[in-house]
Amino acid sequence: MAKRESTIGNMILALTVITFVAASALGAVYTITSEPIQQAMLAKKNNAIKEVIPEFNNLPSEESYKIAVDGDTLYFYPGKMDGELVGTAVETFTKSGFSGEIRIMVGLLPDGTINDVTVLKHEETPGLGDKMEKKKSDWSNQFRGKNPAEHNIAVTKDGGEIDAITASTISSRAFCEAVSRAYLNYMNEKENN
Amino acid sequence: MNQLQNFTKGFIRENPVFALFLGLCPVLGVTTTAINGMGMGLATTFVLLMSNIVISLVKGFIPANVRIPSFIVIIASFVTIVQLTMQAYLPSLFEALGLFIPLIVVNCIVLGRAEAFASKNNLISSIIDGLGMGLGFTFALTLLGAVREILGSGSFFGMKFIQGDGILIFILSPGAFIALGYLIMLARKVNK
Repeated sequence: MAKRESTIGNMILALTVITFVAASALGAVYTITSEPIQQAMLAKKNNAIKEVIPEFNNLPSEESYKIAVDGDTLYFYPGKMDGELVGTAVETFTKSGFSGEIRIMVGLLPDGTINDVTVLKHEETPGLGDKMEKKKSDWSNQFRGKNPAEHNIAVTKDGGEIDAITASTISSRAFCEAVSRAYLNYMNEKENN
Repeated sequence: MNQLQNFTKGFIRENPVFALFLGLCPVLGVTTTAINGMGMGLATTFVLLMSNIVISLVKGFIPANVRIPSFIVIIASFVTIVQLTMQAYLPSLFEALGLFIPLIVVNCIVLGRAEAFASKNNLISSIIDGLGMGLGFTFALTLLGAVREILGSGSFFGMKFIQGDGILIFILSPGAFIALGYLIMLARKVNK
């Protein structure tokens, strides 16, 4: 087939047709995938909630509330057993990670004791900072059962009680900051209500 | 050039990574493990194959002056399709590759093959070229990922075979350059 002349009409026609077809195809794919994407994200969040607070039988993601703090948002997911609060999963964040934002799910018992923590999203160095992930190492288990009112949630270098990940003090420090933020705001909320 | 040569050229002789040095940004960025390299390679292969097919089919319709914007729109559409599909059905792989998926759009190999090959050759040759180049890219990424994973984490495709950590630098960016340099040297040796 011979190349078409680059006249203005031909160029407009070609670009219009191509962009129209591309837009339609993308619209179709978006419609098909938007439901599974939502579900995948929700499933991930629900799994994280389940991991960090004791057994519950309500739907924490349905009863969630949020507060704006430090230029971002904290999300609270209260877990209840037969209407009784057993723990609150707090989706917290820090912007002082080694490479960008870290999002963590912190499970707090009603009195503020940390039940467990799990990382939702991070971009820390593979092999170093990524040891904060549960599947990479059991580093994050040391937060279990600590109440920030009695234990200083900071790395030992800063006078706290958390052993930093070897060669990843910045990531560990950021992690502690996020956990403290969850705790402080949880306690604030509790007092205000 | 016969079709067999057309297919195999992407593996060593015109390998996008080892010989043409195209698309090195994702090569160095994602290859911390073999499985990441393979996922990225296959995603790129899909985009390369589909864009080669479409561009080869519509090449007569596109006037020369607007061919680059047309190619980019076609490539970007396929990348977005890959991204959405991966996010929906392979969320964990999507998280690992994250930022690098949209970057396939600006990967020089894809546009390079569209411009240099698919817009001048027929459908069959373009399919074979896309597959060969894509799998060659996958091969390079998987190999580099495997080398870095073995040396850096002491594991292979996620299976750990040593206790503790490996040689950390191979997980970090300098290790990517070092490992790539040695692999390129090997590829040149094979080529001679």
